[in-house]
Amino acid sequence: MNWMDYIAAAPEMTLLGLICVVMIADLFIENENRIVTFWLSMLSLVVTAAVLWATAPDARTVVFYGAYVSDPLSQILKLGAVLFVGVSFLYARDYLRVNDLHKGEYYLLGLFGLLGMMIMMSANSLLTMYLGLEVLALSMYALVAIDRHNVTSAESAMKYFVLGAIASGALLYGISWVYGVTGTLQFHEIAAVLSADPGLNNLPLWFGLAFLIVGIAFKFGAVPFHMWLPDVYQGARTPVTVYLASAPKLAALALVFRILVDGLGGLHETWSTMIMFVAVLSILAGNFIAIAQTNIKRMLGYSTISHVGFILLAVYTGTEEGYASALFYTLTYVVAAAGAFGIVILLSRRGYEAELLSDFKGLNARSPWFALMMLFLMFSMAGVPPFVGFLSKLYVISAVLETAGGTWLAILMVLASVIGAYYYLRVIWYMYFEKAEDQAVLQAATDTRLVLTLNSLAVLALGIVPGWLLTLCIQVIG
Amino acid sequence: MIGLQHYLTVAAMLFVLSIVGIIINRKNLILLLMCIELMLLAVNTNFIAFSRFLGDETGQVFVFFILTVAAAEAAIGLAILVVLFRNRRSIAVQELNTLKG
Repeated sequence: MNWMDYIAAAPEMTLLGLICVVMIADLFIENENRIVTFWLSMLSLVVTAAVLWATAPDARTVVFYGAYVSDPLSQILKLGAVLFVGVSFLYARDYLRVNDLHKGEYYLLGLFGLLGMMIMMSANSLLTMYLGLEVLALSMYALVAIDRHNVTSAESAMKYFVLGAIASGALLYGISWVYGVTGTLQFHEIAAVLSADPGLNNLPLWFGLAFLIVGIAFKFGAVPFHMWLPDVYQGARTPVTVYLASAPKLAALALVFRILVDGLGGLHETWSTMIMFVAVLSILAGNFIAIAQTNIKRMLGYSTISHVGFILLAVYTGTEEGYASALFYTLTYVVAAAGAFGIVILLSRRGYEAELLSDFKGLNARSPWFALMMLFLMFSMAGVPPFVGFLSKLYVISAVLETAGGTWLAILMVLASVIGAYYYLRVIWYMYFEKAEDQAVLQAATDTRLVLTLNSLAVLALGIVPGWLLTLCIQVIG
Repeated sequence: MIGLQHYLTVAAMLFVLSIVGIIINRKNLILLLMCIELMLLAVNTNFIAFSRFLGDETGQVFVFFILTVAAAEAAIGLAILVVLFRNRRSIAVQELNTLKG
């Protein structure tokens, strides 16, 4: 071990140190000055991003006796996670203030969750991955329960906790079998052992692999292990939902890439079938059930499930093109998801949660600009050109078409997208062609409005000039 | 002679028991937390057995981490349980039904 080890892990260490500073400082801040905690948290994020930028590795660096890896993939995922945690904090701030929830805990748990995500993104051993996953998951359970007087929050936190714990248990059981068969926990050693001895590729390993996939599907929220996701999205307060819906998806992608590609890439033929079933079920169930929803948070939850299906199908291909399209899809989906929940927060006010689809009725009359922004986001999620959602779906479909039997999958994906367009367009119909039931003026700070606008315009801008991001994704994977 | 497969069988039985306990228990959330703990202990048994069989200490180190995380997890679970009880005056699993659709 030497100094290089510490430089490679410097972003996480910096973040941990800053979290401790914010935590202590928050103790001495009066309730009415809680905004200081917000700015300290934002400052921590900026410093972390700066350290990430400064320590960017040129190539794959494995440190801490093979437990930790710093490579371009972890770099891009971490920068995305830091950015979207900051965006969720900004959207959350005013909502928390007017609803008497403005406590330091929201920001601190959010930062701890970010630390967990960053550890997951840099994990090079199953142990590091598990610890990062738990740091993230434990922070999120507590975040969902942050409104202590709210019955639905408490209920959804309990459901999330129980199902998340089962997922961790299944993942761990799978890890124990992989460890037993290969005798190591590090991804590159697992890959080396498996390629050196093809005889290991048999029943005990498949048994462990099945449990690993169950755990991954649970964490990602893929069908048939999705039941927690809509409940948590609906039950949690909207600032928590915007956090849950954005950055942790990047960490879940890291979980898939590190375990299935870095570690068990040699077993692609075995796991791709399982991933394909999970992905196809997610696309179908997510899109069909979303049609029946009247709650926008729940509807976006089911839409997340269908998007997760697309990401998993991109992983299913097992090609570099597929992995790059999975990364592109996740990054751009997170942009749209953060924006959509940001608009739901914008419509809420003191004591009033704008979570029903009917709350969007007549939004165009109340605020033409944000109705237009929501239109952009919904079109992007539905996959309408020229928004980025169309391109990300297109890249995934073209990667799937390259595989054997990919034609049917591609047809299925297109059909499911057409069905999915219905419920996104319904939101737009409500905004533009229905009369408003609620005439309250939208209140938001200038910086929130600005970031929300930039966030929504990003789906259009990325759709028009996607080249740089796609090139970046291909470079990072290659 | 007790070999690796015996330990693995016991661990698998514990694991299945914990899953069944989570699924069929409709009355009490505390039992659910106990089942989750049992599941992690089943995994620990697996790790120890493999570690002994392979002559490799990594598995035992992993067990210590799992035990630590399990303690933190139980703390958070019980905290959420207290919040839930204060709000609803009940910890019955079948009454967790306000969110659906």
